[in-house]
Amino acid sequence: MIEARGLTKRYGDTLAVDDLSFSVEPGKITGFLGPNGAGKTTSMRLILGLDHPTSGTVAVNGKPFAQLAHPMREVGALLDAKAVHGGRSAHNHLLCLAETNNLPRSKGFSLGMGQRLGIAAALLGDPGILMFDEPVNGLDPEGILWIRNLMKALAAEGRTIFVSSHLMSEMENTADHLLVIGRGRLIADCTVPEFIAANSRQSVRVRTPQPAELSKVVAAAGGTVHEDGDGLMVVQGLGVSQVGDLAFENSVRLHELAPAQASLEQAFMELTASSVQFHAGVPSERDLEPASAGKVA
Amino acid sequence: MVTTAVPVSGTRAALPAARGRAGFGGALRSELTKIRSVRSTYWSLIALVVITIGIGALFAFGQAQNFSQMPPGGQAFERARDISRATEQSLFGLILGQMVIAVLGALAITSEYSTGMIRTSLSVMPRRGVSLAAKAVVFGAIALVVGLVTSFASYFVGQAILSTQHINSTIGQPGVLRAVIGGGLFLAVCGLLSFGLGAVLRHTAGAITASIGLLFVLSILSGFLPHNWAVHIDKWIPFNAGGAIWENQSGTSMFSPWIGFAVFCGYAAIALAAGLILFRRRDA
Repeated sequence: MIEARGLTKRYGDTLAVDDLSFSVEPGKITGFLGPNGAGKTTSMRLILGLDHPTSGTVAVNGKPFAQLAHPMREVGALLDAKAVHGGRSAHNHLLCLAETNNLPRSKGFSLGMGQRLGIAAALLGDPGILMFDEPVNGLDPEGILWIRNLMKALAAEGRTIFVSSHLMSEMENTADHLLVIGRGRLIADCTVPEFIAANSRQSVRVRTPQPAELSKVVAAAGGTVHEDGDGLMVVQGLGVSQVGDLAFENSVRLHELAPAQASLEQAFMELTASSVQFHAGVPSERDLEPASAGKVA
Repeated sequence: MVTTAVPVSGTRAALPAARGRAGFGGALRSELTKIRSVRSTYWSLIALVVITIGIGALFAFGQAQNFSQMPPGGQAFERARDISRATEQSLFGLILGQMVIAVLGALAITSEYSTGMIRTSLSVMPRRGVSLAAKAVVFGAIALVVGLVTSFASYFVGQAILSTQHINSTIGQPGVLRAVIGGGLFLAVCGLLSFGLGAVLRHTAGAITASIGLLFVLSILSGFLPHNWAVHIDKWIPFNAGGAIWENQSGTSMFSPWIGFAVFCGYAAIALAAGLILFRRRDA
């Protein structure tokens, strides 16, 4: 369990993390989502005490990270896979980490990739909480699948998984819960379906041999239509049943009618690109004015 | 759901239950593993031993050659003076040895920053005072042991060369053992001073430059001071203060051996304290 309260970090004139409050719960994969530079890494550094917060607190299992009796047994973190002395063998690297927390010796490490070494280091203390900062960056599809399955398996064991990414598609595939951050501020704290539902206008896929007629009645009912050719249309602003009823009442033949689920990618783009304010699931309502967020570089 | 092999077992690995609290003992073992598992440690220590002993031997050889070429009358006149200088002559390699140990001391901490290892280290042992103290103790202990070995080896190699002309000192003579042990202490404290500067500056090149400036360049610059200034300032120059313990410094303007060494330790303590304060306060 990770709990942040009013976490704020300022580097000179730059407000990297702005009054973040959230909790990361056990047994779930919590995705930490935001574009590059949004403050994901800084937040993780604050959790680990690598950086000192300008204000606010963050507790890991109820205590500041530095006060945990055996930090490695409670939190495993992979923030930077390159944060390793290049002249030291994998065995000695893991050994010198294990020794700080009085972990028993184990033998026979055969780890090739730096990423896997970093993950091995994070898992060394069998911690209940795991933090990964952009773990799939630079990995091939096989490596991405490996990490994704690893995180799912670790969450299934009841561990707390906190994983950051700027790739929405990655979160859509792995995360149970989402914390979305933009310009240092928390803009969403909800499940993946909630996030998509709240952030994408509902759309309906319709295929009809009479596109002109359908466009007219949909527009009359207040919907908007995008024609994708071949009689395929995407209707926004109306539900599936509304579109079906309209077609029936106006004798427009339909060959296909389905709700179109917007992907997380689209939802995220919409959230960050538009000035639409989003508050779903955020406990304390606060306004995110583009102007006030704009003071951050 | 993807069903390819999940790379971990479904059960949590069985680690023995944790007792107590991760503290100084574990941090010491970890730092020992770190310093002995990189090659640069061995190269630096070998360089320290070879350079220090080698230069001491070269000085002793030169002295013995000069002495052997003197007419018998000159030898009789010079013998007593040469014997009084025999100990420090064999230890002259410390002047360059201090720079090698300064490089190693700086690297012990700055290499954590240059490789990024510091972030990994602090995310497994976030108690920073414990972390830095363990590192300083491990480095200091290694520097002291290697320093003492180097100093004794330099002394005995040098005296063996000087003894060919019977202008050597013996370890039992007054002040000789102090000077030889002092040579080892001097190296260890040089290393720790540099370690402290490394913790303050966090960059290898900067820390090494600062150490060499403080230890070496300052002692050269002091030679250009007008005499009436020099008598007040000379003894406070780090190299002169620290060197008092192994060099037979002439003149009443210098500190006595142990007072000088205490002043030198004071400089190192200031650097280490500044390093510790900044290490705890700054973002890693």
